[in-house]
Amino acid sequence: MRVWRPIVAACCGLGIAGAALAAATFDYGLKAKEIAEGVHLFEGRMEHFTRENGGNIVNTGYLETSAGAVVIDTGPSRRYGEQMRAAIEKQTGKGIAQVFVTHAHPDHFLGDQAFASDTLSALPATRAAIQTGGDDLAANLYRMVGGWMEGTEAVAPAHDAKPGPIVIGGRALRLLALAGHTGADLAVYDEKTRTLFAGDLVFFQRAPTTPNADIGQWLSALDQLEKIDFAVLVPGHGPVVKDKTAIAQTRAYLRWLRTALQGAARQGLDPTEAMQIQVPAEFAKLAVLQEEFQRSVVHLYPAMELETLKKAPH
Amino acid sequence: MPRHDAQGVLAHRVAGARCALVALLLIAPSIALAAKLPDSVKTTDPLRSPAWDAMVARHLDGGPVEFDERVQVTVPPTAEDALAVPVEVRVDDTLTGVEELRLIADLNPIPLILSYRPTRADPFISFRFKVEQSTPVRAAARTKDGVWHVGGAWLSAAGGGCTAPSHGTGEGMWRDQLNQVSGGLWARGEDRSRLKLRVMHPMDTGLAAGIPVFHIESLRVLDAKGQELALIKTYEPLSENPVLSFELKHRGPVRIEGRDIQGNLIQARVGP
Repeated sequence: MRVWRPIVAACCGLGIAGAALAAATFDYGLKAKEIAEGVHLFEGRMEHFTRENGGNIVNTGYLETSAGAVVIDTGPSRRYGEQMRAAIEKQTGKGIAQVFVTHAHPDHFLGDQAFASDTLSALPATRAAIQTGGDDLAANLYRMVGGWMEGTEAVAPAHDAKPGPIVIGGRALRLLALAGHTGADLAVYDEKTRTLFAGDLVFFQRAPTTPNADIGQWLSALDQLEKIDFAVLVPGHGPVVKDKTAIAQTRAYLRWLRTALQGAARQGLDPTEAMQIQVPAEFAKLAVLQEEFQRSVVHLYPAMELETLKKAPH
Repeated sequence: MPRHDAQGVLAHRVAGARCALVALLLIAPSIALAAKLPDSVKTTDPLRSPAWDAMVARHLDGGPVEFDERVQVTVPPTAEDALAVPVEVRVDDTLTGVEELRLIADLNPIPLILSYRPTRADPFISFRFKVEQSTPVRAAARTKDGVWHVGGAWLSAAGGGCTAPSHGTGEGMWRDQLNQVSGGLWARGEDRSRLKLRVMHPMDTGLAAGIPVFHIESLRVLDAKGQELALIKTYEPLSENPVLSFELKHRGPVRIEGRDIQGNLIQARVGP
């Protein structure tokens, strides 16, 4: 054991140096994949925020139109947004016609700076949430991913995204104003290819996050998404799917989460005890499951606990 | 969920011994320097906190102190909400005669969170607190012989929880609800109950600009005859509108009596 330690230490040292070199260039290596005709995806990793991935854990994308690209979400940092825009402009030979930010979580809007402010739009509550809390979210992401974030500041989209049909550069889209993952969640549907960008209302093969979630609203939003006749679904995190399995998986997890935590609260358990609940085997394959479950206890449990306490007058 | 169990401590000591050997082989000059250091907190504190000596002097009456894996502190690995980090403290049955628990976050601007006297209760407590930065979270259990048995865990935090204004004070809403209590009682085994309390209080630390310190000072849990079951003294780091859990050696309704530092009374009755 003693003999091997220095060797292990040396290897670890080399590994860290290698990671530092890769990170020093801060290149996200963004490569778009065409998932339907004129519909492109930048697929993020199914991880938590780290100094190695620079926050690239999110799916973003764009649709080609004659007026330029329609961009869905701008990623976790100014650098991501800039690299994404450069990749799109190189690929399409056109500029950016419109950017839709799906919701006010840092991995989805902190690349806004890279885009002209009059091209950015989001639901009104998303714009308000970025205005009031965006800087705190950016500061927290700095702490988690470090130098990748250099120069990043929160920018609230200038325009309201209005639910309903919209045609941009000859491409017919439909915007859906939903809620539940956050106070306002925008989904974007492309009529021609029947592609649905579901934002973080749908996760696939990765545990859903709940810092601003309302589980009841979220489940109703999933019901509405399920009614849409899509051929391709892009979840906010995780691989693209061509059927309803991602919606079903997200729904099953959220239902289990709510039932399990309410059950724990009714037994008088504390949050630390609720964190010990065994997650069912059907969810075992979801990425970052334990971390997200423990975070969800902190997000959701206090309100459930209060429902079990009675007013205790003198 | 770092839980400070017997194995963890043992593993830590063994690893420490191995590291020393490797260091001796590779970097003899620095080990020679290290050998000159007194046998201080750095080698005895399993959490290697720079503030531990000061904690013992200020908050544990100068000791004596023993690091004891039977005192278990459970916190999440990272503070998702710096204003309300859940903490649970349990003491193993084999450590008997615990008269007081003190909860300390070494690197918080105000380290002492609460002290707890489990008069007719198990040495168990659960609560939430505000964290300013990453810090060890300690539970010290004082036994009859005056020794503080200390367990703990590291908490990683973005922080800022101590210097942010409370929601209640920020919104001016608390005046209507100050010191109102909600509670629940759950039977545990044959002769015990879990008591969970929520007291409406801003718990202002005095560290947010322009907002003076204002917190709950004490809460006593009494049985129907007025006999004390538990006494808790609370300080600034406890969360706003604190939720606390106790394991009482008691069944049936309880009374709560307490006060905040401005002398406002807290009174409540909680039934099963």
